[in-house]
Amino acid sequence: MMRSSAASRRTVMKGMGAGALALGGLGFGIGSARADLAKAEKLLKELIGSKTPQEGKVRLEMPQIAENGQTVPLTAAVDSPMTPDNYCKVIHIIAEGNPEAGVCSFKFTPLSGRAEFSTRMRLAQTQNVWAVAEMSDGSVWMTKTEVKVTIGGCGG
Amino acid sequence: MVSRRDFVALAAAAAAIVGPGRAARLAARDRLTEAELLAFRPVGNVTILHLTDLHAQLLPLWFREPSTNIGVGEVRGLPPHLTGEAFLARFRLARGTPEAYAFTDQDFVELARRYGRVGGLDRIATLVKAIRAERPGRTLLLDGGDAMQGSWVTLKTKGADIVAAYRALGVDAMTAHWEFTFGAERVKEIIDELGFPFLAGNVLDTEWQEPVFESTAFFERGGVKIAVIGQAFPYTPVSNPRWMIPQWSFGIREERVAELVENARAQGAELVVLLSHNGFDVDRKLVSRVPGIDVVLTGHTHDALPEALVVGKTIVVGTGSHGKFLARLDLDVRDGAVKDWSFRLVPVFADAIRPDPEMAELVARLRAPFAAELERVLGRTKSLLYRRGNFQGSWDDLICAALLEERDAEIALSPGFRWGPTLLPDEPIRMEDVWAQTAITYPQVYRIEMTGAQIKEVLEDVADNIFNPDPYYQGGGDMVRVGGLGFAIDVEQPIGKRISDMTSLATGEPIDPARRYVVAGWASVNEGVEGPPVWELVARYIARHQLIEAPRAGRVIVKSA
Repeated sequence: MMRSSAASRRTVMKGMGAGALALGGLGFGIGSARADLAKAEKLLKELIGSKTPQEGKVRLEMPQIAENGQTVPLTAAVDSPMTPDNYCKVIHIIAEGNPEAGVCSFKFTPLSGRAEFSTRMRLAQTQNVWAVAEMSDGSVWMTKTEVKVTIGGCGG
Repeated sequence: MVSRRDFVALAAAAAAIVGPGRAARLAARDRLTEAELLAFRPVGNVTILHLTDLHAQLLPLWFREPSTNIGVGEVRGLPPHLTGEAFLARFRLARGTPEAYAFTDQDFVELARRYGRVGGLDRIATLVKAIRAERPGRTLLLDGGDAMQGSWVTLKTKGADIVAAYRALGVDAMTAHWEFTFGAERVKEIIDELGFPFLAGNVLDTEWQEPVFESTAFFERGGVKIAVIGQAFPYTPVSNPRWMIPQWSFGIREERVAELVENARAQGAELVVLLSHNGFDVDRKLVSRVPGIDVVLTGHTHDALPEALVVGKTIVVGTGSHGKFLARLDLDVRDGAVKDWSFRLVPVFADAIRPDPEMAELVARLRAPFAAELERVLGRTKSLLYRRGNFQGSWDDLICAALLEERDAEIALSPGFRWGPTLLPDEPIRMEDVWAQTAITYPQVYRIEMTGAQIKEVLEDVADNIFNPDPYYQGGGDMVRVGGLGFAIDVEQPIGKRISDMTSLATGEPIDPARRYVVAGWASVNEGVEGPPVWELVARYIARHQLIEAPRAGRVIVKSA
């Protein structure tokens, strides 16, 4: 899998619905801080069925505080050999606080060589982002990271 | 500024200053000499000098340390989250001493009158020269950023004054934060003009995530190969206008710091120094997770600690701000490891240190074109005007009072900046003093309507930026200052639940979440904000009132601490 190609950035983005509203030119975000966990969990079930994801193996790199909620960079990777008997089949990204919880799913084959991708996503508000990896042996791995979307300002 | 040059003639110097307690002052100054400030147990083959958050303050000034500096989560009650008596006790300092004056807010006005102003780049130059003479070929001088913001001269010259002063001082490398608020083009020019490395390894371009600046500079001192890795303020595009640097992306980037440390070692570095503008708590967490950093020189949060702390195997140095301190760290580096070290955070007592004549001349020359506007007296203050502290601050109350009155607003919001010097009671307020609290490249005062709910959201958002228990989610700075508004805060709560009891001070009524209020504020990070520069309003307000006494525009009740 090629890392960060321009094509991959464009193709994987899905509509994320409304982001932070701009208010009077000042850009105070007015999203409710409540994330719709049920929606994210329902989606997870649709993707992986009744399996229980384990913690570990999958890595998700995102900024702790988004510079621009409209386009937040992310890199996801799974530490796994990529042989025909043992490889990462897919990595899903789920945003628990976006109007649409499903962000993207990247599929891999042993020929991908490496289960890793970089892209950007939109974040409506401060929330946890999940990376869920399905392996060829049927196991599922997951990690979560919190990304803050703030109105900014002030500082030392 | 009378007789400061003749410090050694103690009696003369003290007698020239009018005020009470002359005898006490004489006695105190007897103990404060340049030689004493330079006294140090030298160790090993390398001396690192650290200066940070100068905020363009080239002349001696007053600077009161905070009375409130709350730490949350794991850092609760740990340095630097100690103030006053607790700080003195932790570092075994006695009340009334020069150290108590330098490091705390205790007896501030009395001790300020006794021990005099602090800082001044000519004094710092004297110290640097003396230490270089003592440690020839072994000394490295590093600046942690926020040098080129905070004065009218640096705003008007777009940092050129500091470039000239730092070249003269012989700074070996720097990192940055407020420097970025001159915009990308000017930052590139500054880097060309500096003549020494500008290091910011954590800045990548937004398009391809490739490094924008030099990350690491190598130096040889005392036969030791030293790698200095620069870490710019990670939340610059969040805390300051992103539109000024649209192509640059920041962040803590822990993995990248680890990679840079490994690269430095692979290239033969025997000593790895992180020159950081992360802030103290962020750096403390970072070095607990990234191995191989021998020394972190922290900045941004303006914490001055008389001792270096040790986190794991890393020495953590906090050097304060405004030129008030110069840190000296001596290291004995052998076989690629630190065998011994010695540290002192030297308070720059302006009355005790001879000004370096060359630097004094340069500073005077840099100020000369602006001298008349800088020294214009607007009024007087009857009471202490300070900014630093988690909540309010009398300078901010004055600014908020000016915003309310000059813009006919119901509520004023003023950013919780940590920079800005102090004025003592009964001092004149000059235009330079107003600029020292306000001189930024986005000073427009906006006037808008916001609902009570939106105002609460702003307070919650800023509070989380300071009191999030995970330092990696903190942006530094203090709580937003308010006028016409009272509120209570419980810092231990999560976002959305910290702020309560919001009250309109004009009516005494609770703030109505649905009602719209007229709000005036400044330093919006958004593009295209219109309004007069904040210093004009503040200057007009002071000139009209003439005598400023105990300004009080907002009210904050801290429910837990």
